[in-house]
Amino acid sequence: MLKQVEGSHAVAEAVALCRPEVISAYPITPQTHIVEDLGTMVKAGGIENCQFMLVESEFGALSACIGSSAAGARSYTATSSQGMLFMMEAVYNASGMGLPIVMTVGNRAIGAPINIWNDWGDSMSARDSGWLQLFAETNQEAVDVHIQAFKLAEELSMPVMVCMDGFILTHAYARIDIPNQAQVDEFLPPFQPRQVLDPAAPLSMGAMVGPEAFTEVRYLAHHKQLEALELIPKQAAEFEAIFGRDSGGLVKSYEAEDAETVVVTMGSVIGTMKEVLTGMREDGISIGGLTIRSFRPFPREALREALKHAKRVIVFEKSLAVGMGGIVAMNLRMALQDFPIRVHSAIGGLGGRPITRVNLRRMFEKGIQDQLEEPHFHDINMDVVNREIEREQVERRSGAIAENILHDVGVVAAAKAI
Amino acid sequence: MTQISETKQKVKFYQTGTLTAGNRLLDEEHRSVQATIDRSNSLDSGHRACQGCGEALGARFAIDAALRATNNQLIAANATGCLEVFTTPYPETAWSMPWIHSLFGNAAAVAAGIAAARKAKGGEDVRVIAQGGDGGTTDIGFGCLSGMFDRNDDVLYICYNNQAYMNTGVQRSSATPGAARTATTMPVGPEPGNDFSTGKNVPLIAMAHQIPYVATASVHDLHDLEHKVLRAMSFHGARYIEIFVPCPLGWGSKPGDTIKIARLAIESGMFPLIEAEDGEVTGVTKIRHQQPVSEYLKLQRRFAHVFKKGNETQLEALQGIADRNIKRFNLLSSVE
Amino acid sequence: MFQVRIHGRGGQGVVSAAEMLSVAAFEEGKHSQAVPSFGSERMGAPVVAYVRIDDKEIELREPVLEPNLLIIQDPTLFSAIDVFSGLRKDGYLLVNTTKSMEELGVDEAAEKLPAGHVAAVPATELAMRHLKRPTPNTVLLGAFTAMSDVVRIDSVFKAIERKFPGKIGDMNIAAAQAAYDAAIAD
Repeated sequence: MLKQVEGSHAVAEAVALCRPEVISAYPITPQTHIVEDLGTMVKAGGIENCQFMLVESEFGALSACIGSSAAGARSYTATSSQGMLFMMEAVYNASGMGLPIVMTVGNRAIGAPINIWNDWGDSMSARDSGWLQLFAETNQEAVDVHIQAFKLAEELSMPVMVCMDGFILTHAYARIDIPNQAQVDEFLPPFQPRQVLDPAAPLSMGAMVGPEAFTEVRYLAHHKQLEALELIPKQAAEFEAIFGRDSGGLVKSYEAEDAETVVVTMGSVIGTMKEVLTGMREDGISIGGLTIRSFRPFPREALREALKHAKRVIVFEKSLAVGMGGIVAMNLRMALQDFPIRVHSAIGGLGGRPITRVNLRRMFEKGIQDQLEEPHFHDINMDVVNREIEREQVERRSGAIAENILHDVGVVAAAKAI
Repeated sequence: MTQISETKQKVKFYQTGTLTAGNRLLDEEHRSVQATIDRSNSLDSGHRACQGCGEALGARFAIDAALRATNNQLIAANATGCLEVFTTPYPETAWSMPWIHSLFGNAAAVAAGIAAARKAKGGEDVRVIAQGGDGGTTDIGFGCLSGMFDRNDDVLYICYNNQAYMNTGVQRSSATPGAARTATTMPVGPEPGNDFSTGKNVPLIAMAHQIPYVATASVHDLHDLEHKVLRAMSFHGARYIEIFVPCPLGWGSKPGDTIKIARLAIESGMFPLIEAEDGEVTGVTKIRHQQPVSEYLKLQRRFAHVFKKGNETQLEALQGIADRNIKRFNLLSSVE
Repeated sequence: MFQVRIHGRGGQGVVSAAEMLSVAAFEEGKHSQAVPSFGSERMGAPVVAYVRIDDKEIELREPVLEPNLLIIQDPTLFSAIDVFSGLRKDGYLLVNTTKSMEELGVDEAAEKLPAGHVAAVPATELAMRHLKRPTPNTVLLGAFTAMSDVVRIDSVFKAIERKFPGKIGDMNIAAAQAAYDAAIAD
């Protein structure tokens, strides 16, 4: 049914349709509306046989899901940013034990400095954990991918995080087709665990594994992600058959098939990029776009297939490996290393910095001339940066960087201007 | 055959009405769970605990009692620590019941999740226990523990308190008593051993959460321990039992002295045995023959420096703690 | 595509205004996107929300840089923020005020716009009368429907009903109607 709702609310409805049995909730901007809506639904009796737990921290939230999933219950939670870090021990524990928990990540930057706005820092911090990481481009896709996530997680017996840009998607109202219960039930069968805590058949879960077997256990986690490379497209096709929409899958092309230059990105920013790319094509430039929908497993073969004809790739990402560069760029370069393709790395939108058609076009034009720095920091104000560098060179006690910069730009500067 | 006349002679059972665990002469309902031949034996032989480990003894008694109370419908979540390590040496497990080890600090949250799952599935006859040592309970697990108490999750949390992080080599925890030697509170300098003005009393903190049932127990009185576990399982909601478990390795005591040391801890007043419901003390175990704290301390090398010349204030301070406990919980009987 | 930027302060219902406008467009079978430009939850801090309305799916995610419609819920923002930035020459300006554009010191910007595209609406006062609360958002939406045919007043009523069921919804509808009537009259 078509509804005009906030992204968070749509996700809550999607999760509710998946018949979760245990939901643990801890607030953190910008995912909070999701768990609030789910809590209200449970309290009003809208989700049968579901326990809603208000926990004391994100660490408690995911730990409770570990317990409930191990006890055979379909389990869900949501987090962002600092919350992801606070639960990080549990993140690795959940994937290490192969528990099919689904978690929404409302992508938000990680501090310090504290920042509540969108970038992919939180998801990136968990990229090596063994969790599958699926990125949604739109709120419709977020709804659809959550439904697929439960099926994927339970099929593989691995946890899945569904990543959606904080505020940009979570807090945006849009027209969304919310599926009905019959459709979801047809797609998603009841949870049948591979391992379960059951007095009728006792087992011990979480035992120590020594040097003799740890490698094999880790390899099997890796292997599951390789299996997922087959399973994700398969389930996307099953989804389309029932719901009538192409949502999910490994990658999606926006006229990248024959383009000389392909811009590769993830999440919602492709929406803004499409208009720019269309405009550039109309100006005779051979350029297209590609989004990576499944970041983990990293769709190496799908990307190689999609990009093999390209001369040049511009990776645009809202993530930075400090001291190294672009993370998605690194992953892509590894996948394409034997191809004669020039891969540019552009990092932008950090901490919620707006990305506009104008500044994208400027960056793409530089890119097609192969004139982007390595890496390229999109829309960066180098005057502000250089002022701070000078400050540090001149004085030992130069002050806190964040506060210094705020005197030049941002809230403090704005206040002074009034 | 000669008729043997039935004489009804009054037989005095010397072993009943005392604290001996001898069961043969008792009625069924007064026997300990461990005495039954068909007991569950949740913690099977073959585990790798040290000789004289108080925790192994306490855990076996506690879990078997809980299994009896729940008709073997029990799931346990275990924190990282000695118990977890010595019961699951790869590739074996000593547990004959469903058991999960997740992390060091989250046993209470994992157990809460299991309880929620059972509730969602309508199978609340299966009960849940969370268990860990003092490190995993009073320090790193404290947040999750308090959260579980706050939500009144239907979980019994059992803390095996051997007063330090033993599994990692005897480091101080917030359950370590004053003056005690640990690897991070060495008996050197002007104030040897652990600081006196620190520490947490988790049973009292549990009571402050006003949860349905809180109790402390000790491995020297296994009847009492079993009784408290059985009583705890008769409640629903958040419950906490702290069991005093000497650790020969960490305390520097003889393996054969474990029970004796536990008895002395209680009889000196160092570890009060209490029961509480909804935040109010409902019962205490009176001290039968009060012992000076020195009798308890002298059996443990972790307190050896307390007896050195110049450390008299430490001994006084420890006696002071015992005396305060006695006064606070009224541990001395007026009648013997 | 019709783009709206709503400026106000926390607590004045800026985000709700954006939501309701997008729902009104939805009720007419259109695609609409409403996004708040967020800060931490705090009363009194400047808040901006964006709305886009179109006949096809809206994929643009950038802030609204060239609004067709600017709604100013709090005129004290004129001195704090460049609210007029990017306002299109054929755009609409709707200000919550009892003063004139001259008195507010923004007549220069207002004069650039076509006739009938500028309105000063005493929305806070109308809200106090109909809602007993100084929340001007539904009033301003009602006034806007009188200025253009981007959305109809009955669609705004439906959006209000969805957001505020019962008596509060009725009061808001009355307030919006009053603003509409007053704007039509001008």
